[in-house]
Amino acid sequence: MSDELLAEEFEEAPPPGGPPQPQQHFASRFRGLTGAVAPLVTVVIAFLAGGLVVLVTGKNPVKVYHAVFNGTGLNWFFHIGSYHARIPFSTHKMWFPWNTASIAAGNLQQTLLLTTAIILCGLAVAFPFRCGMFNIGGQGQYLVGTYVAVWLGSSFVNLDPFVHVLLCVVAGSLLGAVWAGIAGLLKATVGAHEVISTIMLNWTAVWVGEYLFGQGGPLQGSNKSVPISNDIAAGAKLPVFWGLALLQGLSIGIFIALAVLVVYWLIINRTTLGFEVRAVGFNPEAARYGGISVARNYFLAMAIAGSFAGLAGALDITGWEYNLGQNDIPVNQIGFIGLAAALLGRNTAIGVGLSGLLFGALINGTSGRQLDPSIFRPDLAGNLTTIIQGLVILFVGLNLGAIWASIRRRRRRAT
Amino acid sequence: MTALAARLGGIRWTHPRTVGIAGIFLGAVAFWLTLPPLAARTSALPILVGLLAIAAGIWAWARDERRVGGGAVAAGLLGIAFGFLATQSSTAHLDSVVVWSALLAATLRYATPLTYAAIGGLFCERSGVINVALEGMLLTGAFFGIWGAIWAHSWAGGAAWAVGLLIAALAGMAMAAIHAIWAIHLKVDQIISGTALNFLALGITGYIFIDKYGDTGTPGNVADYGIPDVHIGFLKSWYFVGPIIGQLNLMIWLSIVLLVATYVFVFRTPYGLRLRSVGEHPRAADTVGISVYRVRYAAVIGSGAIAAMGGAYISLGFVHSFSENLTAGTGFIGLAALIFGKWRPFPTWGATLLFGFSSALADRLPNAYGNQWGTLFQALPYVLTIIAVAGVIGRSIGPAAAGRPYEKQ
Repeated sequence: MSDELLAEEFEEAPPPGGPPQPQQHFASRFRGLTGAVAPLVTVVIAFLAGGLVVLVTGKNPVKVYHAVFNGTGLNWFFHIGSYHARIPFSTHKMWFPWNTASIAAGNLQQTLLLTTAIILCGLAVAFPFRCGMFNIGGQGQYLVGTYVAVWLGSSFVNLDPFVHVLLCVVAGSLLGAVWAGIAGLLKATVGAHEVISTIMLNWTAVWVGEYLFGQGGPLQGSNKSVPISNDIAAGAKLPVFWGLALLQGLSIGIFIALAVLVVYWLIINRTTLGFEVRAVGFNPEAARYGGISVARNYFLAMAIAGSFAGLAGALDITGWEYNLGQNDIPVNQIGFIGLAAALLGRNTAIGVGLSGLLFGALINGTSGRQLDPSIFRPDLAGNLTTIIQGLVILFVGLNLGAIWASIRRRRRRAT
Repeated sequence: MTALAARLGGIRWTHPRTVGIAGIFLGAVAFWLTLPPLAARTSALPILVGLLAIAAGIWAWARDERRVGGGAVAAGLLGIAFGFLATQSSTAHLDSVVVWSALLAATLRYATPLTYAAIGGLFCERSGVINVALEGMLLTGAFFGIWGAIWAHSWAGGAAWAVGLLIAALAGMAMAAIHAIWAIHLKVDQIISGTALNFLALGITGYIFIDKYGDTGTPGNVADYGIPDVHIGFLKSWYFVGPIIGQLNLMIWLSIVLLVATYVFVFRTPYGLRLRSVGEHPRAADTVGISVYRVRYAAVIGSGAIAAMGGAYISLGFVHSFSENLTAGTGFIGLAALIFGKWRPFPTWGATLLFGFSSALADRLPNAYGNQWGTLFQALPYVLTIIAVAGVIGRSIGPAAAGRPYEKQ
C-alpha cells in the first residue's frame, strides 16, 4: 500500500457540514514531481549560499567549486578512453572505457567509501522517521559500532578471515542496535522523548570512546606514546576490490550498503513490519485501534535503525580505517551527515542513496587531502561543507515540516 | 528567630519525604567520610552509612515518595561504591585530588556556562519551543564574544569585554531569531531547525575563525581585556569560603543573579504566568487574549541572548581564546541539566552544579591516578539524564505544548 493510500485510510473523514475545505495546494497537484523538486531546489539554494560565502572571503566560487568537484573523483566518468582493467579478485584483464588507475579513480574510491557510511547512517534516521520518530543518535550508534569492530578485529588474530570479518561486522551492528534500542525501549515503555535520550546516548558514546582509546585506556594500542588503537588483524579486513588497501581503496562495503538500501525498501514497502511502522508513523492512536502494537514498533524501528548505523561504523573500521584514535572520535560527524542525507532524500531508499553520494562527494572534495590549498584553504572548505549541510537541513525542513505538522495535527485530533 | 523556630517545628521528621531527603544526605556523607580532611581508612564506615541511606530510601519509597526514595537508594549505592574506592587508594592521592576549595571553585567555573545555557533553554521551552540549538547558540556567543572584544580593544581598552558580551548577545539573538521564525511561523519541526542551527553555528564560526585567525589563533593578550574577576578582599582570608568565592569571574556572580531573576520572573510575575501558559496550553492562553506568537518570539530570542552569554563566558572569561568547536557539547549538558532539573530554575541550577562537579573531578582525577578513569566522569551528566527521563528516579516531563507549532484559529 502506498503512503498516500495509507494516509487516506488512517485519516478521519471531514465532519459533514464543517467549514469548507481549503483549495488543494498548488504543489500537491504535481505530487510525483515535488518529491524530487524540493530537495533539488534546497541543494541549489545551499550551494548558492555557500558560493556567496566564498565570494565574501574574496575567492572565486566557480573556481572553488570546480576544484572541489575534481577532488570528488566524479570527473573520472568524463574521461572516456580505451583502457584495460583487472577483473576484481582475479588476475585476468579486460577492456574498460575508463582508466581504473588514474588519480581521479583514487578520489572516486574515497568518495564511495564515505558514501557507504553516509547511506547507512541516513537509513538509521530514515527508518524511525517513517515510524514517527526522530533518531538524532546515529552518531552514537555509529561510534559504538566502530569501537566493537576495533576491539574484536584486533583481538582474535588467528581466526578464519571470513569468520573474523563477519564477527566484526555483525557485532558492530548488534551493538548499534542495542544502543538505539535503549532509546526505543524508553520511548515504548515510559514515553521518554527519543530526541533527548539519543542526544544523551551520543555523548555517552563519545566519552566512553575517549576512555577506551585514550592514553592508558583498555583499547589503546601497543604503542603507548599515542592514543591510537592497534590495527585490526589482516583477516578482519574487508576485501578491497578497487584500488590499493594501503591507499584506502574501495572495499566491498559499498555493496553491503547498497544491499541494505534494497532491504530497507523491501521492509518499508513489502512487509507487514513496514506497513505497521508506517501506520504508527501516520497516526499511533489509529494504529493501536487497528490492533498494531505501537510500543513494539517503536522499539523495533529504533533497534533496526541502530543496526544500520552500527554496521556503518563496523564497515568503516573493517573497510578502510583499520584502527581508531582518540582524536578521531569527537570530530567524527558521519552520523550527523547521515541525518542530513536522510532529510534531503526524504527518507526514501533512492533519495538516501543519491544524497549519500552527494554528501560523500562534498566531504571528500573539500577534505585537506583532495583540495588544492592554492585555490582554497581546505580547513575553510571543511567549514563550508558544514554550512552547506546546515542550510540543507534548514531548508529541506521547510518541506518536511509541513508533512510533520500535518502528521502531528492528525495525531492530536485522534487523541 | 521565632519564625525560624516555628518553621523548624513545622517539619514532620517522620514524614517519608523528610526521611528520603535525609537518606540522600546520608549517601553523600558516606562518601564524604572517606575523603580528606576526615579520610576514614576503613571501608566499614561508608558501607554502614550507605546502608542507612538505602534503608531510609526504601522506607520512603514504600510510602509513595518514589522520587526522593529512589534518589536516596541511588545516593546510598554510589556513596558505598565511591567510598569503598576511596578507602582503597592512598591518602596522598586523595589529598592531591580532593582539595575541596579548589574543587568547588572549579565546579562553579564549569557550571556557569551550563547555567546560562540551561536558563536560556528554560525560557525557550517554557514557551513551548524545544531548543536543541543551545549548543549552537553557545558556540556563536563564544566566537562573536571574543571577536567583538578583539575588535573593540583598540578603542574601548580594558572594557572591551563589555562590547564583546553585547555582540555575543546580538549574535545569539540573530541565531535564535532564525529558530523562532522557523518554529513559530513556518511551523517546521523544532528539532530539525535546531539541528540545522547547530551545524550552521559550527560552520559559520569555524569559517570566520579560520579566515580571520586561522594561522595564528586568537591574540594572546585577550586575558588583559577579558571579563574580569571579582576580588572580594575581606573574604579572601576567610577559612574555606575565601578560596572558593573570594575571586570569581564576574559572569559567575551574574549567573546567580540571573537565576534568581529568572525564578522571580517566571513564577512570580504576570509575564511569567503568560510565558508558562503559552507553553502549557496555547489555545487557552490565546482565548484570554495573550498573543502566543509574540510571547514565543520574545522567549526564543531572549534564550539566544542568554545562552550566547554563557558561550562568551567560556571564550572571554575562562579560556581567553577560541578554537573550532570550542564548546564541544557544553550546550547539550546545559540541555541535560534543564531536563534533569525538570524545567525549574533552582533544581536546574543544582543539576548544573552536579554536572560541573563531575567535570571538575574528571579534570583532577588524572593528576593522581594517571589513567583514564576520570574521563568517564564526563559521561555522567548524560547517563544521569537518561536515567531521569526513564523515570527511575521520578520522571522528567516537560511543558505540555513543547514541540508543537501553534496555529491560530
